Amino acid sequence: MLVKLLSGDQPRSAILTAILLVILICLAGAPFIFDGVRALDTAARICIFILLVASYDLLLGYGGIVSFAHTMFFGLGAYGVALASTYMGRGFDALLLGSVSGALAAVVLALLIGLFSLRVRAIFFAMITLAVASAVAVLVSQFSGLTGGEDGLTYKIPRVLTSANRMGDFLGTRISGKILNYYLVFFAALILFLLLLRIVNSPFGRVLQAIRENDFRAEAIGYRVVWYRTVATCLSAATAALAGSLFAIWLRYVGPDTTLSFEIMLDILLMVVIGGMGTMYGAVIGATLFILAQTYLQNLMGTASEATSALPLIPDLLDPDRWLMWLGILFILSVYFFPTGIVGRLRARRAS
Amino acid sequence: MTAAPDHRPTFANVSLTERLDEAMPLLLIPILVVLGFVAIGAPASWLTLTVSGLAMGMMIFIMASGLTLVFGLMDVINFGHGAFVSVGAFVGVSVLIALGDWTGAASLLLNMSAVLLAVIAAMAVTGIMGWGFERIIVKPVYGAHLKQILVTVGGLIVIEQLIHVIWGPDEIFINRPETLKGAVTFAGAAMEKYRLLAVGIGLVLFVAMRVVLRRTKIGLIVRAGVENGPMVEALGYRLRLVFVGVFIAGSALAGLGGVMWGLYQEVITAGMGERMMVLVFIVAIIGGLGSVEGAFIGALLVGLLQNYVAFLEPKLALVSNIALMTAILMWRPQGMMPVVKAK
Amino acid sequence: MSDLILSLKDVHTDIAQYHILQGVDLQVPRGQVTMLLGRNGVGKTTTLKTIMGQWTAKSGEILYDGQDITRKPVFARARAGIGFVPEDMGIFSDLTVEENMALGSLSGKLEPKRKDWLLNAFPALGTFWKSEAGNLSGGQKQMLSIARTMAEDRALYLIDEPTKGLAPAIISTMAQALRELKAQGASVLLVEQNFSVAKALGDSAAVMDDGRVIWTGVMAELSENKGLQERLMGLSMEAH
Repeated sequence: MLVKLLSGDQPRSAILTAILLVILICLAGAPFIFDGVRALDTAARICIFILLVASYDLLLGYGGIVSFAHTMFFGLGAYGVALASTYMGRGFDALLLGSVSGALAAVVLALLIGLFSLRVRAIFFAMITLAVASAVAVLVSQFSGLTGGEDGLTYKIPRVLTSANRMGDFLGTRISGKILNYYLVFFAALILFLLLLRIVNSPFGRVLQAIRENDFRAEAIGYRVVWYRTVATCLSAATAALAGSLFAIWLRYVGPDTTLSFEIMLDILLMVVIGGMGTMYGAVIGATLFILAQTYLQNLMGTASEATSALPLIPDLLDPDRWLMWLGILFILSVYFFPTGIVGRLRARRAS
Repeated sequence: MTAAPDHRPTFANVSLTERLDEAMPLLLIPILVVLGFVAIGAPASWLTLTVSGLAMGMMIFIMASGLTLVFGLMDVINFGHGAFVSVGAFVGVSVLIALGDWTGAASLLLNMSAVLLAVIAAMAVTGIMGWGFERIIVKPVYGAHLKQILVTVGGLIVIEQLIHVIWGPDEIFINRPETLKGAVTFAGAAMEKYRLLAVGIGLVLFVAMRVVLRRTKIGLIVRAGVENGPMVEALGYRLRLVFVGVFIAGSALAGLGGVMWGLYQEVITAGMGERMMVLVFIVAIIGGLGSVEGAFIGALLVGLLQNYVAFLEPKLALVSNIALMTAILMWRPQGMMPVVKAK
Repeated sequence: MSDLILSLKDVHTDIAQYHILQGVDLQVPRGQVTMLLGRNGVGKTTTLKTIMGQWTAKSGEILYDGQDITRKPVFARARAGIGFVPEDMGIFSDLTVEENMALGSLSGKLEPKRKDWLLNAFPALGTFWKSEAGNLSGGQKQMLSIARTMAEDRALYLIDEPTKGLAPAIISTMAQALRELKAQGASVLLVEQNFSVAKALGDSAAVMDDGRVIWTGVMAELSENKGLQERLMGLSMEAH
């Protein structure tokens, strides 16, 4: 029954299964296991980014397509909810309309980009997605009348999902609407993740992987490569947009640097490569690792930096703001030495 | 000896349409300039913008030329190219600040000497960096485009962070040297002196590159290598050394572009190179990957368009360049002057 | 054995997952034209490319002029005196004929006497000296490819189907040039499907099948024995 839920795609490694279980339990019980606002926020971010990175893995890991437009789709979903909530007022209808229109916009844009890639070489595609994503980011910042520009938008979500909604105590923790909000995010991310697992383990997913391995051959056998790639791009885009919508619902604020920046694109790349491309579970590991590092590693680095402040250069290298550099180094090492990522490594160990 | 029958190839009569088609890329520049004039109206503004556009175009060309040549010759996509731009800017600016007396003086000679030293320092550092980058990061992933993209992006991140480590987290402001401040007026239009200098440097570099590519043995090897690397090796040339050389040159050029861009903006940040990469990629794609001439024309078009549109409707500036790229790719999917690769 | 310019021992080459050369043993005598024959797809081009180094031999030994070059890089083999005229000619279309020829000589300078001789042997090249090589006809490109390799003295020429698709008049120009090469003391390993050229030029012959050399001997012996031809290559060479 569990195997069916996972669409037959089992972790295939005891350690991996253990890690995944731990993550699942921690995320499922986050409001009760961890204290404090920050911990809950971290958990929500992990859920959202697991979904976002998994949707990117569909494209990169399973489809072999490098695209830099992913944050754009994320941003479309986020701004969809934000704009709907701002102009329609708070309410579930705004959330729903925002999410759906964000996802639709993402699909349309993905279609256009996919069709355009018909005419150009694959290498151009990566650069073009970069250009388009940058243009959208600039546009959003500049039409500030509509989008709040650099400052972004703050808006209200249905009251029942906020901390103003007191619902009493349970298991020693104060339950408020915020907890409800968290579980909305958690379950939506979980369901969509399982859906992605379904997709990559379906005949569609297998053809996609065959195309990744050898597109000439796939075309020769009779599969219309362009169609499969375009569909993959659209699915990936829609899921990313929904992740963005969840992000908007959770944060109640969207801005260009939290949803559209190139930095987020780089973060996604790091997460998917370190976790393991083409595995879906890699997204879980990668996102968890990254967000935890982002939140807590910086503290560690800060202490280390102060401890070594007498030495030259070392404190600067350990400065908490430089955490991205270390992740960048880890990223490069991953590409060379464990291209299958952590998940791949764990699976290989089990096999040997 | 039998006399071979006369196989005169039929390229004697090239029709007018064919000639026009060949010259079209070059003609786009004057066409755009004229369109700009029509759209802007006031000759003075138009002249200022045209000079700005050309200056910006030249600087983008300098940055893009390395990237496009590396791709054409080595089939390597370097997403880390922007890091060299940033490093070049920081090294150059540091030298200029150190030579503050020279840049502050009202002497053109001292000013230009300071700029020259800054440029040399920047190019030397980025050149050496390029050599290291090629060895450590690029060489292991020859032939694997996906890994190249990933690994060079990683390199970009790490180098940018290292800039923060060495130079601190803030942006650095830089004033142009005394004699390069201000503008000259001509026909009622104000044209910044520095921008005119940038146009001059860009032209000189373009001509120099063309001369090296077309008149020297090494240029010959590079041009042949872009078309058919294995054959060049089979003739006894050490293509790997040429690769490394071109990569170093491309990185040094990026560094030069960085210094020039830094002086243009009068402020530098660690992420400036990364931000330029969008336009650099657009230029490389429009021009046709591997073509220096194509990159030159593409860069001028992009620079001009950016400046014209920024004046007319600032919000649409970047979008207009995407539109330009789309239009050109619809017309010529491989770029304006693609290199014919032997497969 | 100094009467052999080239010797391959049990050479295996893989291309992707395909095991193309399955133990090639080949001897190329010095100062002779050796024909490499066989049906399409048996590995003749792969053999030449393995000798040149463009494909790396998985195992086995390649001895050139007594030296083991099995692991040497392509450019080193070229500098040691091996010239390669590939099947696709390897012409640089964007470069002029003059520039193509200049690349043939490592020093960059085409010696005047050599240049005169080449232009005499291939007059078409002189006519289009300053034109882009891409504008040449197929036969002229082929001539350029050979001429370029002859811009410098080489000890061993590896030539892959130089007469494919060419008119008879040009073929005889080609054959004459190859004869001149031999007269200068160079050795030639020639893959050729055109039987009259093979018969006219070849001193020794090696026949390949399924990634191996299955027969070696004197050319005359092969050309006179139709039955042998049919057995080795599936058809009589006269049919070509």
